Amino acid sequence: MFGWQGKILKIDLSSKKYHILTPDISILQKYIGGKGLAGYYLKDYITLNWHDPDMPLILLTGPLVNTLSPTSGRMTVMSKSPLTGTIGDSSVGGSFGFSLKKAGFDGIIITGKSFNLCGIEINDDNIKFTDALSLKGLKTNEINNLIKNKGSTAVVGPAAENGVLFSNIVIDNHYFAGRNGLGLLFPSKGLKYITVKGTGKTKTYDKESLKKARQDIFRLTFASPVLMGELGISNFGTAALYDLIDNRRMMPTDNFRKTRFNNACLMNAYTYKKKFNPKKGGCLGCHILCKYITEDGLSIPEFETMSHFSALINNNNISVVMEANKICNEIGMDTISAGATIACYIEISNKKLSGSDITSLLKKIGYAKGIGNELGKGAFRFAESKGKPESAITVKKMELPAYDPRGALGMALAYATSTRGGCHLRSYPISHEILRKPVSTDRFTFKGKARIIKIQEDLNAIIDSLTACKFIFFAASLEEFSKVYTSVTGIESSAQDLLKAGERIYYNEKIMNSLNGFTKKDDDLPSCFFKYPGTSGNNIDIPPIRRTEFIKTLENYYKIRGIDINGMPTKEKARELELE
Amino acid sequence: MKKLIEKYNDKLFNHGLTEKDAPLIGTLDAEIIWNKTNKTTNILEKLFKTLNINSIIFSEPAEPYRTIIEYLTKTSNEVIYPEDCETRTFLHELPCTKDFNIQTIANILKERKSLIIPGHGIITFGTVSPEQAFVTFSSVCFAIYVKFFSDYLEHKKHKIISNEEKKTFNKVASMINPYPVFSFSLMQGPFNKKKVYKAMDEAGKIIVKSRLVDSYFGNISYLIDNIIYISQTGSSLDELSGYIDPCPIDNSSCAGITASSELSAHKQIYLDTENRAILHGHPKFSVILSMDCDQRDICKYKNQCHIKCPYGRFVNDIPIVPGEVGTGPYGLYKTMPPAIKGKRGVIVYGHGVFTACKKDFNEAFKNLLSIEKMCKQEYFRRTNI
Ligand SMILES: [Zn+2]
Repeated sequence: MFGWQGKILKIDLSSKKYHILTPDISILQKYIGGKGLAGYYLKDYITLNWHDPDMPLILLTGPLVNTLSPTSGRMTVMSKSPLTGTIGDSSVGGSFGFSLKKAGFDGIIITGKSFNLCGIEINDDNIKFTDALSLKGLKTNEINNLIKNKGSTAVVGPAAENGVLFSNIVIDNHYFAGRNGLGLLFPSKGLKYITVKGTGKTKTYDKESLKKARQDIFRLTFASPVLMGELGISNFGTAALYDLIDNRRMMPTDNFRKTRFNNACLMNAYTYKKKFNPKKGGCLGCHILCKYITEDGLSIPEFETMSHFSALINNNNISVVMEANKICNEIGMDTISAGATIACYIEISNKKLSGSDITSLLKKIGYAKGIGNELGKGAFRFAESKGKPESAITVKKMELPAYDPRGALGMALAYATSTRGGCHLRSYPISHEILRKPVSTDRFTFKGKARIIKIQEDLNAIIDSLTACKFIFFAASLEEFSKVYTSVTGIESSAQDLLKAGERIYYNEKIMNSLNGFTKKDDDLPSCFFKYPGTSGNNIDIPPIRRTEFIKTLENYYKIRGIDINGMPTKEKARELELE
Repeated sequence: MKKLIEKYNDKLFNHGLTEKDAPLIGTLDAEIIWNKTNKTTNILEKLFKTLNINSIIFSEPAEPYRTIIEYLTKTSNEVIYPEDCETRTFLHELPCTKDFNIQTIANILKERKSLIIPGHGIITFGTVSPEQAFVTFSSVCFAIYVKFFSDYLEHKKHKIISNEEKKTFNKVASMINPYPVFSFSLMQGPFNKKKVYKAMDEAGKIIVKSRLVDSYFGNISYLIDNIIYISQTGSSLDELSGYIDPCPIDNSSCAGITASSELSAHKQIYLDTENRAILHGHPKFSVILSMDCDQRDICKYKNQCHIKCPYGRFVNDIPIVPGEVGTGPYGLYKTMPPAIKGKRGVIVYGHGVFTACKKDFNEAFKNLLSIEKMCKQEYFRRTNI
């Protein structure tokens, strides 16, 4: 077999036994890998509780991982989301996916529950279960230091142990499978860490044509200002977006009550670079390298984190942003949700928080102390419990990231239709509405957006299945990546064939959500975006979103997606996509 | 969407790419909208069902593109390989079919952004906006034009011109519109922060109107107080209003992350010279001539001319440098800025022309136009040998 290893390690932690699944090539072709294949394995269990021992925790790579394909170091983690109750997944970088492939596996599926806290150590085909009791309560960086000689690492920190609903899985100390609270799946299975190391290779069908396709993609990325330009993410990390989002007056400020943060120009990517002098790094198999790490081993925050730990909670001190980011990473919790939940708390409690208030509150959340215990359940549950649901800026109980939907109406729709709750990455309309790729669209109209959002959701679904990086698609397209896919696997394919697989993969997620009772009423935005304007000025008007247009566009989206008027998947469409 | 359809219908005509109202343009959100319906739209509608796309342009191109297409598709097999760098970077290859059959069309468009069907026209599509379809259409026309004239010159030198090629060449050459005479003045510089936007908008419009840029467009910038005002990536030079990014030269703001992919090249010119205004277009004969090299058959960098040409070539006083779009290891930002010092402009191999000057866009535009005129003249001199 080329591309895939054709082997998935299925581990039952109750019995500490494992066996190897060998999916048929027809299944691999249909679901590709990563998110798609994980969805295939998750579907039968999706109505269970997330903490049910039978609920699978799935880590899956795709056929491109550990080959010469550009940005081939990624992996998907999937299960049911403790935070949202939807399918929960996260695409994560680092070297874990690479190492898994080297060890001879496309992925791992973990079920059961270990009686004692344990670790899993994979060394080629040697699988070892260890006692991890001594690691209980340790921070992610501390654990990582103890086990990093065993290969690539996946660990959870105190946040997961203490039930924070937005806890992360931390890969290789600097990469985060975040957003959906999948970190909680580790303790629910009695698991503290996984390490993986391997010495094998992934076979490529046609090396020469892969090299050519790779060259074509490289050329495109170098021609992309967003990726490789002077001001692009290769030079500044995703922090580069901070100035632009400020400039477009769509930076969520004061819990989304404003869309402009007065101090933004003093807290931009350039300031971090000057002050902390970080070195550039990134995922294995990537040439863009958008990760910046200081000499002391601290990550420069990603754009979302920078924005939510400054504008959203009205903090003017970049050292506090660095510290907040560090705490979240070490305790193992999602920075977007943490920032947004604190913003919600500030609004409800009507308090102004100092820098030290912010950092101490984060620690309280991670260790479930005092008010932190309530906040660790996320903004939605906290606001509900205080009788102020309108203060939670969430979709399907997940906190929104740092693009105010009033400043990009495609984003408004995409937040609502995302299968994992308020997420910017499912369709990433910022690409065309703000970054002009592949071409620019009018950010203040819903016209045409329903179909665009649907197509881009399919696109990102396939990217997370291959598994490649979404960023490279600012420059390249499936036209080039289908050549990569064919060169690696030997399977004839085209851009549109892959997009069709993406449609199937995404529809499968819609079906899973519907099985858990999600309907049209869940595909909605917080009411404030329809009631209040953003912060207009500098010739940019940020009015409230017109609800009638939003609803009309959502209904158009359903029609295009093959979903009925109540937001439910249909048998006909499922059949058409071979999901029956 | 209706408005966008009208816009690109007009643009195709105004850019000389199609006859007036010849194109069929369709977009799909929840419903399909066409600018007009007929038998062909009924057929093309099936493409929307088969492909995950949101817009289609289908049109016979205007002359001389039509004659060129007929000739090239007769002489090439199923694929035309573009010679110029930008089309190669973005489109890779130009598939053709003689078969106006929906299944054949769909199968090809599943893989590539365009399809040429001689006798029928060119089909292009977008997944996000009809703008993609328009840009691809423009690129295809540019690429086949450059390829036709390049091939002819090459064949002429090797004395392998067929009668048909000669006939086609004469016909096509007779259809080339003369370049305009620059007998007016653009806004006078130096500009302040208020006036610069208008001045750039004006200069952009004149470049497009003079047909000095097609395909994936050019770029344009102006320097005031260590801030580079530069057109955004993928912006149409004739629609710059609202699409200019101010970029501090010390990179102290990343708001210009959407700036042209040639920001680094422009910046280097400003750092190295006294210039304040830069224009970059893709005038066709400059591109064609830049690829005409006597050393080609014996050069050890054959087939890598666009990144490694070692000869330091010239068209009269204008240097030709290798270099790719953007900031890669062979980026033109390394080769072009040193070459422009003390020159009227520089031609980047198979790509386009950069001109720079000190005060405003008058001289830069004049130079862009005169370099292209010179290259055209030189081309016809070389083909007459
Ligand atoms: Zn150019």
